[in-house]
Amino acid sequence: MISEKEKIKHLYARAGFGMSIKQWQSQNNFTKSLDAIFQTKQYKQLESVTLSEVQAAKEKMKSMTKADVKDLKQLMKSNVFELNNMWMSEMINSEAQLQEKMALFWHGHFACRSVNPYFDQQYLDIIRKNALGSFAVLLKEVSKTPAMLQFLNNQQNKKDHPNENFAREVMELFTLGRGNYIEEDIKEAARAFTGFGFDKTGEFKFKAQQHDFGVKYFLGKTGNFSGDDILQIILEKKECAYFITKKIYHFFVNDISDDSDETIIQQLANQFYQSNYDIRSLMKSIFSSNWFYDEKNIGVKIKSPVELIAGMFRIIPTDFENKQSIIFIQRTLGQILLNPPNVAGWPGGRNWIDSSSLLFRMRLPQIVYYDKDLDIEPKEETPESKMQAQQMKMADEFVKKIASKKLTATSDWSGITKYFLNENDITNEIASVVLAKKADAVALKTVKSHLDTSAKQNEIKSAMIHLLSLPEYQLC
Amino acid sequence: MHVNRRKFIQTTGLATAAMFLPRFLKAHESNAAINSEKILVIIQLTGGNDGLNTVVPYEDGLYYNARPNIAIKKDDVFKLNTELGLHPNMKGFKNLFDNGKMSLINNVGYPEPDRSHFRSMDIWHTASNSNEYKTTGWLGRYLDERCGNCDKPTQVLEIDDTLSLALKGNNVKGLALKDARRLYGTTIDPFINQLTKQHEVGNHHHDNVEYLYKTLAETVSSAEYIYKTTKIFQSVAAYPNHQFGKSMKTISELIISGVNTNVYYVSLGSFDTHFNQQKRQGDLLQQLSETVEVFMNDLKKNGRANDVLLMTFSEFGRRVQENASNGTDHGTANQVFLIGNNLKKTGVYNNPPNLSDLDEGDLKFSVDFKNIYATLLKKWLNTDEQNILGNKYNYLEFI
Repeated sequence: MISEKEKIKHLYARAGFGMSIKQWQSQNNFTKSLDAIFQTKQYKQLESVTLSEVQAAKEKMKSMTKADVKDLKQLMKSNVFELNNMWMSEMINSEAQLQEKMALFWHGHFACRSVNPYFDQQYLDIIRKNALGSFAVLLKEVSKTPAMLQFLNNQQNKKDHPNENFAREVMELFTLGRGNYIEEDIKEAARAFTGFGFDKTGEFKFKAQQHDFGVKYFLGKTGNFSGDDILQIILEKKECAYFITKKIYHFFVNDISDDSDETIIQQLANQFYQSNYDIRSLMKSIFSSNWFYDEKNIGVKIKSPVELIAGMFRIIPTDFENKQSIIFIQRTLGQILLNPPNVAGWPGGRNWIDSSSLLFRMRLPQIVYYDKDLDIEPKEETPESKMQAQQMKMADEFVKKIASKKLTATSDWSGITKYFLNENDITNEIASVVLAKKADAVALKTVKSHLDTSAKQNEIKSAMIHLLSLPEYQLC
Repeated sequence: MHVNRRKFIQTTGLATAAMFLPRFLKAHESNAAINSEKILVIIQLTGGNDGLNTVVPYEDGLYYNARPNIAIKKDDVFKLNTELGLHPNMKGFKNLFDNGKMSLINNVGYPEPDRSHFRSMDIWHTASNSNEYKTTGWLGRYLDERCGNCDKPTQVLEIDDTLSLALKGNNVKGLALKDARRLYGTTIDPFINQLTKQHEVGNHHHDNVEYLYKTLAETVSSAEYIYKTTKIFQSVAAYPNHQFGKSMKTISELIISGVNTNVYYVSLGSFDTHFNQQKRQGDLLQQLSETVEVFMNDLKKNGRANDVLLMTFSEFGRRVQENASNGTDHGTANQVFLIGNNLKKTGVYNNPPNLSDLDEGDLKFSVDFKNIYATLLKKWLNTDEQNILGNKYNYLEFI
């Protein structure tokens, strides 16, 4: 049996991005912590750019003067990367930890990249706002975002020239999964989605003249189906509830899933279906169950780069001199927010780890907190549009500028120092806060042999930094 | 073998610390699974190289019509045959072509081409169809197939700081390094080193924590192996002084030193020439051509030229029609160069692009790149390519 405190720690590691020192200090009652996780917080939309700014920028690009380029750079500086930073900052600082964690899950599920920063912003707002709401609503709203419609080529899906991309991914990746439909269903669904488009102001627009109003045969039903009808028919399939529940289980509980996991997933899926896809109640069932706190579910998941970064900065509040720094880290570790590899999202798990990414993960605490040289240059990414080219040029310039240098940051150690000052075995105490599982004795011994014992606060700092560098810290 | 070793140690009383290391730390004591000495070098031309200005159809009026501003003049190309000529900056490639060291495959692509850089590169890296998403790369799966029991990921190396998807397998992943000394320097950090050496392998080999320690140990031992092996040979060949030149020099030194690597991966770019294409593409093709020629000569001088086959590719070619900014936009099919001493069919392998039969303004592919992968995996790297590619693809005749 794990202790109450360990239960709380596990809850925070999975339902959020880990505990801050302040939370570790104050939270001792599991029931209260669980309640706190589900308390509704005031929702804050993240805005880095306005529609008119983007439109003006697009206009300017047609005939750019030097002054325009300067304006444009300024604008770009304050958008997509800004949005990334703003969201990171919510993950690190927001009390609505579950909402942000859940939004990160949906971002990987409804994976989407947009060339337009305003579209990105709309899309992010929808997955964050609905993160714990109804999956049915979320699905319908995401399916109408310009970002997704553009990403999956639905603007090219017209009555006379159907484009099946959107319909295919909605079924294969967003709702049912392979094996629960046939090619014919994709064709028919694509017909129903014709006319799903957007206008210049970034609003969803149904283009009637492009829509195929004919009769469709979809998943055994016949009718004059619209795109919304198709989504509704999909939602009526229990397979959809199962597909989503299983993915949530893999993300929040464990990604192995043996027979006993399978039984649980089935039960949860039934409940999810009965509740009309209520995400909040599904998550509540997971986090208030006993099996969630089984030994086999603790410290077994490899943190994604974003989880790693957010978790580290929740423990040690950190401000980077240059806002590109967090994006540099994301890029080097292979997960840039609002920039998933493809519509299937990040594969996750052991896929995060190779020799380069592991070494960088282990060096990261020293790079940030001991100001060690970065000595690494992530790959350049080719921009897909002019708009992106401006953003990426800046990111690339930053990468080039600092690749052989440092990530300058100031961090606040006062809370940590104060909390651990009177401990005898500092390393053990910090390990029990930051590591998911009781640490391996050999690893702790190694940490202890590298401590800076010149002063108590240096000892605390060096113990923390070395513990955060351990392979064990990569797990949650 | 094991008995002998134990006996030897018992009789001599020589029990070294290495004896107690887990299997994966003893990586380089035995030369495991891969025996083939054949080496494949892959050069990725990132950003979508404009194939039509690389291998120019200099007799085709349609080419000159489509490119009034950026076409390469007939008189400027290095003529390969009566139809095709190389970009004027590609003297090195022309020499290799003339010496029978090159096979040029035109119109390489895949069905339902994707014009996004990222997605199309994904498709080339994972060898997937355009409507499927794979999470592992073809060279990573080559590692899985050939190297299930290997103790080190040095069989597939990328010359860079971070690892491309192409080199990530399910169970085994390649190693990325730009500079053997620097990687070694990182891994001999006392903390990392002590952590690795003192870790006791747990019973649960499938645990993620064991997976992390195993990856770490392999990295540490691979970095040491490569650094110490490459100290043996330093190339004196005159590689050009740009990053690509340096990378190819590194590959040459690794090959000539006898490092057990079968596949090297390196990128050059960006070829994404939407504006003022001529200068940028010209510079990059110059880098490519001059470096590869030095590289092949270096290998020849050191007796390894017969063992090496080199392939170039790009995620897509570009539109036939130039755009309004003296550049070209994203297109589809493109050429692949294969360079080496042992090519069966050299010269221009197949028909040149047909500019009168386009798909929405883009070239149609006639060779699926997966056929090239299948050929390389089966006939050059001598491995079961069907497992790796998940399908049977016919072999081409270039080797």
